Amino acid sequence: MKILVAIKRVVDPGVRVRPFADGSGMDLAAAKMSINPFCEIAVEAAIRLKEQGFASEILVVSVGPAVVQEQLRAALALGADRAIHINTDEPLEPLSIAKLLRAVVIQEGPGLILLGKQSIDGDNNQTGQMLAALCNYPQGTFASKINPMGDEVHVTRELDGGLQTLALSLPAVITTDLRLNQPRFPTMPNIIKARQKPLRTLTPAELGIDMELRVITESLAIPRSRPAGVKVQSVTELLEKLRTEARVL
Amino acid sequence: MNNAKVLVVLEPAESGLGTANARVLGAVTALRQHLPLECDLVLCTNSPMQIDAAVAMPDVAQVMWPDSLPDVQAETLAPWLASLASSYGYVFIASNSFGKNLLPRLAALLDNQPITDVTAIDSPHRFQRPIYAGSAIASVYTEQTQKLLGIRTSAFNAVAPGRGTARKVVVPGPAGQCQSRLVSEETVALERPELTAARVVVAGGRGLLNRDNFNLLYRLADKLGAAVGASRAAVDAGFVANDMQVGQTGKVIAPELYIAVGISGAVQHLAGMSESRVVVAINKDPDAPIFDVADYGLVADLFDVLPELITQL
Repeated sequence: MKILVAIKRVVDPGVRVRPFADGSGMDLAAAKMSINPFCEIAVEAAIRLKEQGFASEILVVSVGPAVVQEQLRAALALGADRAIHINTDEPLEPLSIAKLLRAVVIQEGPGLILLGKQSIDGDNNQTGQMLAALCNYPQGTFASKINPMGDEVHVTRELDGGLQTLALSLPAVITTDLRLNQPRFPTMPNIIKARQKPLRTLTPAELGIDMELRVITESLAIPRSRPAGVKVQSVTELLEKLRTEARVL
Repeated sequence: MNNAKVLVVLEPAESGLGTANARVLGAVTALRQHLPLECDLVLCTNSPMQIDAAVAMPDVAQVMWPDSLPDVQAETLAPWLASLASSYGYVFIASNSFGKNLLPRLAALLDNQPITDVTAIDSPHRFQRPIYAGSAIASVYTEQTQKLLGIRTSAFNAVAPGRGTARKVVVPGPAGQCQSRLVSEETVALERPELTAARVVVAGGRGLLNRDNFNLLYRLADKLGAAVGASRAAVDAGFVANDMQVGQTGKVIAPELYIAVGISGAVQHLAGMSESRVVVAINKDPDAPIFDVADYGLVADLFDVLPELITQL
């Protein structure tokens, strides 16, 4: 079986970013870029499913300008077998990404599709669910466990009130949460090998997808910062302040 | 399509309307500042308790529920809601694990780009939502005739039940599906207030060192009538269950009082609690970033502070 993993290039989670003063965008100049952490967990999950013999091939896909090939190569170095880059400089949103991925799903026919549950830049948490709807596949979102069971896959989901396990028929879409696994690091030989792995480039036009934005980000603002607080010296002083000054006790 | 009609999709609740749902109605109130609106509610259950609670809500025209319901998976609900939603200019749902799972699937069926985690409504077309773990607030605009919004519940006040006059309408339920099936559920029995609804929250981080030490936090919480939360580090380390995580990928809360104990204050954690009214930080590291957002900071060993707090309260 083939597994398709969709990944996104984002600012490295260790970098603190802020919007430009004029609100026109985020100041990402010189920021280190990485595979979105949730997507990296999806890649790791695919590699483990291949190591278990459940999958025979891992196809990794990303959408964006030429630089996203860096993240595709990184995923190939981790253990993906081949990559598809959907090349576009247009601004993206989950609906158009889901449509592009669906077009690739139709071409490639994967048995399982893995995505990170959300990207740490847009924080939308939408693409996997939208892709599942467009393909009319079942969905297992916020997965903390994935177990193939015969012709189904069992997915344990992290919910507000606890955990839930669903059995999904295949093909299915799974979005990965933080505690699913701990991604491995690439080895130097694998980084070199990844340079030779196949990477194909497509365009939205070739896939017949209209990229017109439905939701436009007009401006970005710096969130209201909390006024500087005070240090207290003791538990007694803390409780006194909470009772008489903040009046929350 | 009637632009002046909003459909609120209610998540099933243990009892009554559910706190998240009452806060989504608060977002409807916010939209009404810009636009006179007719508001209908649709339930994803036929529980008589939730029907009664929904009918009691003020300023609701119609409460709908399914005559039968095979399950509450997104695969079942999304096509059913897509057909019900077709005449509404707005569809609102809570941006929590129920709504985040369902809304994008529903939106894709309607060829719509939804807006999730809405924290403010600036006009009938313009909304605010945090991005980059709350490092920026985006003002977004859409001309889509249907606007599908996931509401960040901590950003809106709950609407109180009143003397509702809504019509009750039973609608044909969704068709069954054979794509996904519930195998098991581990729901957490709540001994304390629910995290997203609590007035006071005490939260622990890696500084608690192990699962047993969280008992100190539970004792403090019980003195305060508080809910207990945790940082991602504490959840990853296995000290507590995932449903207690506060942060960018966990729960986003805005209680009256948030007491962070042994939490360093990573950006992704701050994204989940920085809208709290009063923040207290207890940490032995004076340089911990949590102190930057704390109204009251106490630089001390939590194992000295917690017993003292419990005694003095």
